[in-house]
Amino acid sequence: MTEQVIGGRIIAETGMTDQAARTDFHPRWYRKRLSTWWWLGEWHYLTFILRELSSIAVAWFVVVTLFQLRALSHGPETYARFSTRMQSPLMIAMNGVAFCFVVFHTITWFDAAPRAMPVRMHGKRVPEYMVAAPNYVLWIAVSAFVSWLLLRTP
Amino acid sequence: MIKEMMEKPSDEAFFWLLFSAGGVVAALLIPIQLFLFGLAFPLGWLPQPGYEHLIALLHSPLVKVYLFVMCSLPLFHWAHRFRFTLYDGLQVKHLNELFFVLCYGGALLGTALAGYLLWTI
Repeated sequence: MTEQVIGGRIIAETGMTDQAARTDFHPRWYRKRLSTWWWLGEWHYLTFILRELSSIAVAWFVVVTLFQLRALSHGPETYARFSTRMQSPLMIAMNGVAFCFVVFHTITWFDAAPRAMPVRMHGKRVPEYMVAAPNYVLWIAVSAFVSWLLLRTP
Repeated sequence: MIKEMMEKPSDEAFFWLLFSAGGVVAALLIPIQLFLFGLAFPLGWLPQPGYEHLIALLHSPLVKVYLFVMCSLPLFHWAHRFRFTLYDGLQVKHLNELFFVLCYGGALLGTALAGYLLWTI
């Protein structure tokens, strides 16, 4: 009995140890294992997982862009081949899905901003849409500028 | 060492900052880029910019910086989100360090490739 108490005290003082002292009533951890599909049940969880998955679309876009840059650096013929490959149904489908995910990321990111950084003015909290709105204005402006750069005839 | 990096709160803040910066860049830049190069140009909705036009753009230092930032930071955003997806989704705790190395290693590799390609173009 005394031995057990001492064993317990040593653990309490040193924090975690590799060798837990053996007791007659050794606690068993209760860990309920979640199913891999726990997020399918509720809308809230589903949007969370979709937001996490949107990062794959982001990475996909960067990888495609790196291939595009490589093709551009290899010359006009390689770039023409790259452009043809981008027209394949598989690439269109992948980019279509990725585009939906990326727009989902943008919207959820902008809408989360006022909650992550609440803005106060004269002691009152500025309404969320007032904080999110400038993000959308900036988004449209940047998109318009990029389009103009690429579409103007040199 | 990696385990320490994963657990020290200050480092977690650093990775969160990269995640956050990458999230902003991805939110602002990627939709239009992906729409144009992934859908509008290949499907012929809009006239495709020619090779010469793109190369001329790429010779501008500002465009190089723009593309470098557009490639690098979103990769770190991906690394952060994806490693937590792997931690929580797969629930194989002993592989967490491997996931960490693979995700940030991937982001670093992509950043290096983007830097190299933009530098040599």
